[in-house]
Amino acid sequence: MTSWIDVGSDADIPLRGARRLLIGQTPVAVFRAGDGALFALIDRCPHKHGPLSEGIIHGRTVTCPLHNWQISLDTGHALGADTGCTPTLQVASRDGRVLVDVAPLMLAAS
Amino acid sequence: MPVTPRARPRPNSRPRLVVIGNGMAGCRAVEEILALAPDRFAITIIGAERQVNYNRIMLSPLLAGDKTFDEIVLNDASWYADNGIELITGCAASAVDRDARRVELEDGRVLPYDALILATGSNPLMLPIPGMDLPGVVTFRNVDNVETMLAACGKGGRAAVIGGGLLGLEAAAGLARNGMDVTVVHLMPILMERQLDQSASYLMVRELERRGIAVLLEAKTAAFEGRERVEAVRFDDGGVTPADLVVVAAGIRPNADLARECGLDVKRGVVVDDALRTSDPSIYAVGECVEHAGLCYGLVAPIWNQCRALASTLASDGALAFKGGETGTKLKVSGVEVYSAGLFAGHDRQEDVVFRDAARGVYKRLVFDNERLVGAVLFGDADDGPWYLSLIQSGASVIDQRETLIFGRAVTEALAGANPRSAVAGWPDTAEICGCNGVCKGAITNAITANGLSTLDDVRAVTKASASCGSCTPLVEALLASMLGEGYEAGPAVKTVCRCTPYGHSLVREQIIARRLTSIPAIMQELEWTTPDGCASCRPALNYYLLCAWPGEYEDDKHSRFINERAHGNIQKNGTFSVVPRMWGGLTSPAELRAIADVADKFKIPTVKVTGGQRIDLLGVKKEDLPAVWADLGAAGMVSGHAYGKALRTVKTCVGTDWCRFGTQDSTGLGVRIEKFMWGSWTPAKVKLAVSGCPRNCAEATCKDIGVICVDSGYEIHLGGAAGLHIKGTEILCKVATEDEALEVIVATTQLYREDAHYLERIYKWMARVGLECIRLRVIEDAAQRLALFERFVRAQTYSQIDPWAERARGVDSDEFRPLTPALTEAAE
Repeated sequence: MTSWIDVGSDADIPLRGARRLLIGQTPVAVFRAGDGALFALIDRCPHKHGPLSEGIIHGRTVTCPLHNWQISLDTGHALGADTGCTPTLQVASRDGRVLVDVAPLMLAAS
Repeated sequence: MPVTPRARPRPNSRPRLVVIGNGMAGCRAVEEILALAPDRFAITIIGAERQVNYNRIMLSPLLAGDKTFDEIVLNDASWYADNGIELITGCAASAVDRDARRVELEDGRVLPYDALILATGSNPLMLPIPGMDLPGVVTFRNVDNVETMLAACGKGGRAAVIGGGLLGLEAAAGLARNGMDVTVVHLMPILMERQLDQSASYLMVRELERRGIAVLLEAKTAAFEGRERVEAVRFDDGGVTPADLVVVAAGIRPNADLARECGLDVKRGVVVDDALRTSDPSIYAVGECVEHAGLCYGLVAPIWNQCRALASTLASDGALAFKGGETGTKLKVSGVEVYSAGLFAGHDRQEDVVFRDAARGVYKRLVFDNERLVGAVLFGDADDGPWYLSLIQSGASVIDQRETLIFGRAVTEALAGANPRSAVAGWPDTAEICGCNGVCKGAITNAITANGLSTLDDVRAVTKASASCGSCTPLVEALLASMLGEGYEAGPAVKTVCRCTPYGHSLVREQIIARRLTSIPAIMQELEWTTPDGCASCRPALNYYLLCAWPGEYEDDKHSRFINERAHGNIQKNGTFSVVPRMWGGLTSPAELRAIADVADKFKIPTVKVTGGQRIDLLGVKKEDLPAVWADLGAAGMVSGHAYGKALRTVKTCVGTDWCRFGTQDSTGLGVRIEKFMWGSWTPAKVKLAVSGCPRNCAEATCKDIGVICVDSGYEIHLGGAAGLHIKGTEILCKVATEDEALEVIVATTQLYREDAHYLERIYKWMARVGLECIRLRVIEDAAQRLALFERFVRAQTYSQIDPWAERARGVDSDEFRPLTPALTEAAE
């Protein structure tokens, strides 16, 4: 099952930038890589729950602002020597709107 | 309207095939059908345009004057006649009656069909803005548009092209060739963002500028203005550019009107299956009007595949289904070869390999998913594009060739099984290694053999290769290693900026100035970065270097800044921020303290603490509250303390002669003066100052980056202290007699540090690297250099001494501080 919500327009997510939103109590980060691709992750670093949405985005990686862990935007996994994983969400761009599938969060809540 | 005579009798038994659309896709589909079964159908083609089928891709050469209309015709009148095709031009189909199986034309005629192909193409996107209907505003889709544009060119003047996609750039190049003064306006930060990435876009912008075409990126057009015809383009930021001709090339939209009106399944385009069949089994669709598996296609290669599949469905066994998927796009945009294929946006576990040849303006990027090649972007040298595409399509493991793949097919195949590190060993002798001094590979290998060279310095001395900018050093070293094998020992490794580059900070800083590199993509291209957009280490460094090198010219890239400098506060462990307003020289007032107290109450700020730098820290401020907090502090006259930045932090003082019985000078006054002079300045790492009024040193000036100790006869300037991770006392730089001299020395030293240090290198580390004597020679001994440094600092301050808090309280960069608010929830699927 999917449950897509409209989180904003394409222009709201700048290149190499991210925006944050709350789904219930869960922070979600929506990223746009330098090549334009969109990603959505739970906005918590697997290390110490740092807000990944505030990190520097390079390639398809975000560097957490708290302790420089590098998290893959594709998989949510920590890269390099660190281990840990942040859940990813499906994200899509349709007719200029950015949609995020929040079904996994709703399942978790129910 | 011209109706071609029937060339051969049409037996009534033949099914009637009607094609709506006399463009490239419609005619190509008919050609494919005729090739499989020349006599299967009685064919009628309906075209809304006056002309026979011409090559729409060639509109640009037509505009540029490289081709005539006759040269771009694909199917002339005799083709229709020879194949017995009835052609109706200059008359559009107005409706499809699916029950009666007939097409109605706008002149009232009715054509029955047994099978119908919709090849209605696409329409240019119109902009919903004022002035779109002004004379002189045209789109770029057909021969008539080209004629309008050529008529405008005859008068010369200025043209604006709205849209930096393929079509827009072709239009711009054509207009420039015809003598117009052209500006390309593009909404996105990257030209041709569907085909290029930022690095390739940088090269494209450079190429267009070389041809005299101006490019405005991230520019949103708000209106076309003019009285009787268009005179100017206005942007949403209020800017205006004059234009006698506006070409709107903002994209295309599938033309699915007929299909929609007759009730076929239509989303963005006419929905078809792998057989190109619509939701009505006797109606097919092909070309730009089609949507297949959620995708619409606008490039020739996949559309030709559609035509073949459609022919297979209609005239054969249908075995050749259309699969969509990967196709390469080889484009020649105003003479520059560009190739893109596969995925170069987000994908699982992707890794990039990047090759840049700054001298030739070449950029190549290959995208790997584990062992497979999944995408490629080539700029400037696209010869290997189809080869890469075949590797992408095959899906086979390329792990054995991965190291050499980026160098192209010839090198990869020559080196199959060879040592991958010696890719350069496989290059021809004529390959240029050192672009600065024009040294080719053969000259270097000959010199190594003939002169028995064994070190990099030897090679530099004999051949001059790698002796100038040094960017070919890795290649020369690889050559030495490949020829001498074990006998070659590389020199001491330079500490590189990061893993994206083989170069160190100093070389990068020198090259930014020497080659006038003014943007991050420019540095990455010209210094041959190995990643598409750097990393969290190099990007902030490059952003600082550019800001320092080109004050007032370089536009700060906030996405290359660490969050603290982007949000102008210090991020805390729970994602909140701390706010430290400036207190000049550690002085405050009842009014400031009241304002701080009010802000703490109003925004429920949990912690208020006195810092070690003689100011007050408000901790635990929610990010979305920051602009309002700053507005309130600003109303009480306070500005950002830059406690979060690689910037001038505090100037700590003691009370000096104002109050202290031991004070020798006005240390508080000097501290305030220095801070007011230097605040807002960005530096390689944080800079903390202090001024003590006597050698008792109550302001602890001897563990600051720069300290002043006042004595009876003047001021001792101290440099290079630290009291953090490392504890280090300062060393004395000089002693001066007056406050003015003290300020001049401090400012000049800071500017030298700004221009010379490596990013994140504190003053004490910089001093250890270059030596105090070297700093003293340049700042103290050489008065002219001191003055020049001082003046450069002052000039930079005119651009950076702007309170970032006040700007943001006014609404600058508001998206940074506003969370997204999810809107309507779609029904769960």
